[in-house]
Amino acid sequence: MPRSEPNPGPARPLGRRRPDPLGTSLTWLSGASLALSLLLIVGLLVLLAAQGLGFFWQGPVHQLQLADGTRVIGEITATETVRAPANSEAEARRIEEEGAPTRTQLKIGNRDLYGLDFRWIDDSDIVDSTTPADLVMIERLEWGAFFGRLRELRADGRVLATGEDAWREVLRLLPEKAKLRRQVRDLEKGEIGDINHELEELRLAEARIQRAEAQGAPPDDAARARIAARRLQLESRSEALAVERARLQTLLDRERAVFVAGDGRSKEIGAGQILRALRPNAMTTLDRLGVYAGRVAEFLFDDPRESNTEGGIFPAIFGTVLMVFLMTFVVTPLGVLAALYLREYAVQGTTVRLVRIAVNNLAGVPSIVFGMFGLSFFVYLVGGSIDRLFYPEMAPTPKFGTGGILWAALTLALLTVPVVIVATEEGLAAVPRIMREGSMALGATKLETTLRVVVPAAAPGILTGMILAIARAAGEVAPLMIVGMVKLAPSLPLDHHFPHLHLDRKFMHLGFHIYDVGFQSPNVEATRPLVFATAFFLVLIVTAMNLLAISIRNHLRRKYATSAV
Amino acid sequence: MTTPRPGERERLFQGGGRMPDLHASGSGVGLPTRHGVDPAIDSDIANPLLRVEALELWYGSNQALHGISFLIPEKKITALIGPSGCGKSTLLRCINRLNDLVDGVRIGGDILFEGRSIYDAELDVNQLRRRIGMVFQKSNPFPKSIYENVAYGPRLHGTTQKARLDELVESSLRGAALWEEVKDRLHDSALGLSGGQQQRLCIARAIAIEPEVILFDEPCSALDPVATAKIEDLMYDLKSRFTIVIVTHNMQQAARVSDYTAFLYLGRLVEYGPTTRIFTKPEKRETEDYVMGRFG
Repeated sequence: MPRSEPNPGPARPLGRRRPDPLGTSLTWLSGASLALSLLLIVGLLVLLAAQGLGFFWQGPVHQLQLADGTRVIGEITATETVRAPANSEAEARRIEEEGAPTRTQLKIGNRDLYGLDFRWIDDSDIVDSTTPADLVMIERLEWGAFFGRLRELRADGRVLATGEDAWREVLRLLPEKAKLRRQVRDLEKGEIGDINHELEELRLAEARIQRAEAQGAPPDDAARARIAARRLQLESRSEALAVERARLQTLLDRERAVFVAGDGRSKEIGAGQILRALRPNAMTTLDRLGVYAGRVAEFLFDDPRESNTEGGIFPAIFGTVLMVFLMTFVVTPLGVLAALYLREYAVQGTTVRLVRIAVNNLAGVPSIVFGMFGLSFFVYLVGGSIDRLFYPEMAPTPKFGTGGILWAALTLALLTVPVVIVATEEGLAAVPRIMREGSMALGATKLETTLRVVVPAAAPGILTGMILAIARAAGEVAPLMIVGMVKLAPSLPLDHHFPHLHLDRKFMHLGFHIYDVGFQSPNVEATRPLVFATAFFLVLIVTAMNLLAISIRNHLRRKYATSAV
Repeated sequence: MTTPRPGERERLFQGGGRMPDLHASGSGVGLPTRHGVDPAIDSDIANPLLRVEALELWYGSNQALHGISFLIPEKKITALIGPSGCGKSTLLRCINRLNDLVDGVRIGGDILFEGRSIYDAELDVNQLRRRIGMVFQKSNPFPKSIYENVAYGPRLHGTTQKARLDELVESSLRGAALWEEVKDRLHDSALGLSGGQQQRLCIARAIAIEPEVILFDEPCSALDPVATAKIEDLMYDLKSRFTIVIVTHNMQQAARVSDYTAFLYLGRLVEYGPTTRIFTKPEKRETEDYVMGRFG
């Protein structure tokens, strides 16, 4: 039986495929945009890594013989073509034939002798360039790197060793000296720090008594006497420790190494000052890798030296991470509760819509405005009140009435709370109504349903908000500059003195560290690689914190996947 | 055994009026059929668990239910049938007050549960929902493990002892004919189960809090025939322990599982009676047309 035609009429040909130039070009355009974005991100990371991480690599040390008879020792850091306009036709012709003149930048170190760490040398002035194996590179506590040759090792005015013996002796001494330096540091941060801490407590206790007496309390001579006795005890102990520290210091610098710089001047450096002594030209690749790892570790885990131009960035890493954690602890409950009210409890209407618009707009307020708010509200008003109420004896020194890590975290929490609210609301909206009804139909109250079903199911959304908040907060610098971030903090906000977490302390931050090292330092050439390295680690840390949050979110997603079947 | 007067019979089973108080009459009014009163039916109805009395419901200004009255006998299956949009799900959701959650709903009339109005302002609605469980059209297990899904209700109502919970979970899953299939993966996600298994899990979850009534809102509409048959068998078993009200648009299903059937059309109760009568000798023309498949 023939099939009946559903649509009889003239046959409509299917036709040939037509070209679609608009569609094709749009596809290409969108693809190219994505590729460009990816390229920029990868380029950024590669640039930071190359500029920053290259700094820790120990290259060869060159000895240059110049036309004027002088000798320069240093590491080559850059070469460039000099593009100056030719002064005469002859010069122009010579440039035409031989190419433009080039010059080389050398890191010559020895800031105490030369004043500058870097020097540009015209290549035409260089007569001879060699890399002798006996050239020494010293990293020391002060004055930056030293380049030269080791002549002898002295102690108490006598020559201990010369030449190769001296070099072997220096290498043998270095671990001992490092141990001594650790002892000195432990003494200062440990017992001496504790004594100073207790002396300060005593001072405050005395001030409290004084205040109480001024307000009419009976004089408490017994307490005063106790304080005086304890102070005397502490002061005598402190003196003993000072003597011990001085003894260690002399021990540290008992041996002194005498070096000869490139220009023939000699320089005596205490063995205790030397952090690392290398003969770069005699090093194998394995040695270099070892030095590289050591330097990266120092950079990550040591305190900064020489007004942040040397040493590590540990306090800045610590401050950044701790501040972001504190911020997260504040912003997550705040944002989640606000979103819960907006989505679950508030009657949806004009008011809620207006509130939502206001919240979204809050995210667009420039961050420095939040900084101003944090300064005037948190620091001056809240912090000032806390000081007046709870720490009157400390006046006029503020405790909470000045910038600190708590106020910085709260300021950033305000800055990022809209992000958390919006993401949480989206997460809550994605929980199907049938899920809530299922819980209510079992006799659960609204609160029980919210806590046991809705919030767990919305947890991935909440985590997304947290991730965005962390990403935003970790990169924020401007508002922190006025609420407690400093270029050099004397102590970490976390230590062994009660109550361990000192929320009132000022802190260091990687973002500000980059600005400070890169643009506030007198020695810009020397610190430029540090800026890149710090930026690289800032990106790395923010990424690490995000990855941690993302992995938690993915775990929750698997656990609370809401799509049935 | 007295036979109701013809006029009273009209008012009883076509809706639109207030249900006469059958207890008050004290005369053991039974369900009338064209052949008189079936004594078994009479005893069912003499002691109804739930009475729906002149129930009206508005969504905003739109009236969805018009003066519906009927009785739900204890430990029987009562089916609500009717074409899409006739208000049968809305009616069902009135029984456990789930419509309270929908904005803009107003309700008139009343539903009595064991003689007490469930719309009493003093009534603890969570306690009511604990005694009147519900299984939804689309299976809605919580995104938790199988065990946690079943234990959710008992935990809410204060059972925290591990041993007691284990026992409840097992008996509920057995009651929902799911135990054998899931006993080795109680702590896996409930979302890994098949559609039919998920629906049986929802039944287990509902019976874990030991309600008196279970409301089924088109429980098989998303299931294949095999899974549907399992659920229907299960309902038949559950009848000995629970009063069941089922909404379905599947007339064969209503005919297969239910003891009583109410036919709703455009928000009104057209006819109510024993299922066999509704399907074999309906009194109303609309009922006959619908059960014969002429519309709907």
